[in-house]
Amino acid sequence: MLMRIWTGFVGSVVEAWAELRIHRTRVLLSLIGVAVAVAALTGIVALGAIAQQSQIETLERQSGRPALLNVSTFNPVTGETPDIVELDTAFQTTMDRYEIAFHSRNAYTSMIIQFPDGVRDVQTQVVDPAFGPMHRVRLSEGEWFTASDADRLAPSVIVNEVMWNLLGSPPLSSHPTITLPGKQPTTAVVTAVTPSAQYEDYPSMFLLTNAWDRIATEELRQQTYPSYEAWVPIELADQLMTLIQRDVSGALGTDWQTDVQRNDYLAYSDEDPLLFIKLLVTGVAVLILLLGALGLVNISLVTVRHRIREIGIRRSFGATAGRVFFAVMMESVVATVVAGIAGVAIAVLVVKNPWVMSFVSQGIDDVPAFPIEAALIGLASATAVGALAGLLPALVAVRVKVIDAIRY
Amino acid sequence: MSLLRLEGVTRTVELPDSEPLHILRGVDLEVEVGDHVSIVGRSGSGKSTLLNLLGLLDTPTGGSLQFDGVPLEKLNGAERDRRRGTDVGFIFQAFNLLGGRTALENVMTPLLYAPGKQFWRRERLATEMLDKVGLGNRLASMPEQLSGGEQQRVAIARALVRGPRLILADEPTGALDIDTGAAVMKLLDDVAENSGAALITITHDPNVAALARRHYRLDKGVLTPVDVNRVLTLAERGDTY
Repeated sequence: MLMRIWTGFVGSVVEAWAELRIHRTRVLLSLIGVAVAVAALTGIVALGAIAQQSQIETLERQSGRPALLNVSTFNPVTGETPDIVELDTAFQTTMDRYEIAFHSRNAYTSMIIQFPDGVRDVQTQVVDPAFGPMHRVRLSEGEWFTASDADRLAPSVIVNEVMWNLLGSPPLSSHPTITLPGKQPTTAVVTAVTPSAQYEDYPSMFLLTNAWDRIATEELRQQTYPSYEAWVPIELADQLMTLIQRDVSGALGTDWQTDVQRNDYLAYSDEDPLLFIKLLVTGVAVLILLLGALGLVNISLVTVRHRIREIGIRRSFGATAGRVFFAVMMESVVATVVAGIAGVAIAVLVVKNPWVMSFVSQGIDDVPAFPIEAALIGLASATAVGALAGLLPALVAVRVKVIDAIRY
Repeated sequence: MSLLRLEGVTRTVELPDSEPLHILRGVDLEVEVGDHVSIVGRSGSGKSTLLNLLGLLDTPTGGSLQFDGVPLEKLNGAERDRRRGTDVGFIFQAFNLLGGRTALENVMTPLLYAPGKQFWRRERLATEMLDKVGLGNRLASMPEQLSGGEQQRVAIARALVRGPRLILADEPTGALDIDTGAAVMKLLDDVAENSGAALITITHDPNVAALARRHYRLDKGVLTPVDVNRVLTLAERGDTY
């Protein structure tokens, strides 16, 4: 029984292949549509993945990578904020307790900086080294802060493009410096540049927290109240929010209220914010494939009617109805799988083409590799289209009356 | 045990706006292994319908048909198909070779439906069979590159390649000239005799019918034995049925 099934399967594939070989021109023409449809489907899914990544990265730059917890503490009666050192210690201890590696202070201040053409107020964001990866901070020059930057006597600063231009766009290899105000003027080295958006026309910079702690006056430090951020696994976010709130509050005493909130893009809604783009991409892809399938069904139906005599002859030599059905289906499936492979290859060549990549991957840090699911979806769709397109002709083939077919 | 036994077989076709058409009326026939039977009749006498019944391509509307002792009604569609593949070899008047395939591929076709060794050795078996019918040097020829006689020899090789116990030949020389037809019939007779298969030839040509050992005439759906001398006389006269 097993041997019969096996030989039946191999025989069907042999028949299907022979049929495709004999009618290669017709098959080729009918499959161009399927190959193009699969290429379009796979390409759209792949480009959709890149577009999705682009949108995710934009959202993550705006509000941090999920799950990003914001911790803030205040007195609910007076609105005062706790002592910065105590707050810092409470937050740091909590982060160590739960082994949260990515966390950062985040404070905004401004500094008067001397430029070649005069002094300007520079908006300064005080952060820890983890802030960069937590917010996908993009750099056009240089590299983001590392832990070792905290030990530098001359602090590192990362300036925006506007500020860099005001400094005369000096090459970073020349270690350009600026003077930071504070307890005493401190020389800082510009180590990286962030690209400025078109609407940005003011200078700004990033400064590490411990450099800030060293140079800022006590009064300024107390005035510059930070918020704290922690990047935690999404699945642990709810649990950690409760624990961090409890631990920081506990450490500071009953006078203070600690709020822990999520502000990343996934926190706003249970619904996937990318659902629309996903549905749109899927809809277009399915439509393209349906058009390809319709063309194939049409050609397959016409073809099978031309093969009625041949099917009758095969039945006279012992081909069962099931075998004829399977063989006709296999012809369609084998052909569309081959077309699918060609379609996927075309999609890979198009999507990974350097010109296309340079166009679609603008502004993306983590450019996704050609999504394997796009290739698999393409191949699976080609197979499904083959099976569907083969179904009607196969049913027609099975209904052929052997006697009539031979006389056809 | 008989290979084929037909008792009172009828085949009637219902027509939409007319009386039912009785194509076969009470046909009795018994065929043994190694038998050579000819059935002659005019066009429209029911020859092809009878052939389809004998080849398990159709089912009678009345009477009983036993193949190898098994009543036809006891076999389902797939079983009939498999038995046809194993035990019956068809030779058609129009050769019915598959276009776009070589002689070798045509002969290999029935072996695609064979289980086990026959399937895996299909190329060797087909080559040997073509060699037996004298076409060992035309394996790669397409049907249109072969003469009528050669095409019918390919068809004979295809019918015999699975070693059937019953060969059904429907006007095997109908599309051939007299000399080629005679050569093809001699070949068919020899191959059938050597393989021990029963051969049923359906024809309107008395010369072809004369080669058989038993003779029947089908007229208006009724099958009757015919004396061999009657067939020979018609053959000598050059008449047809």
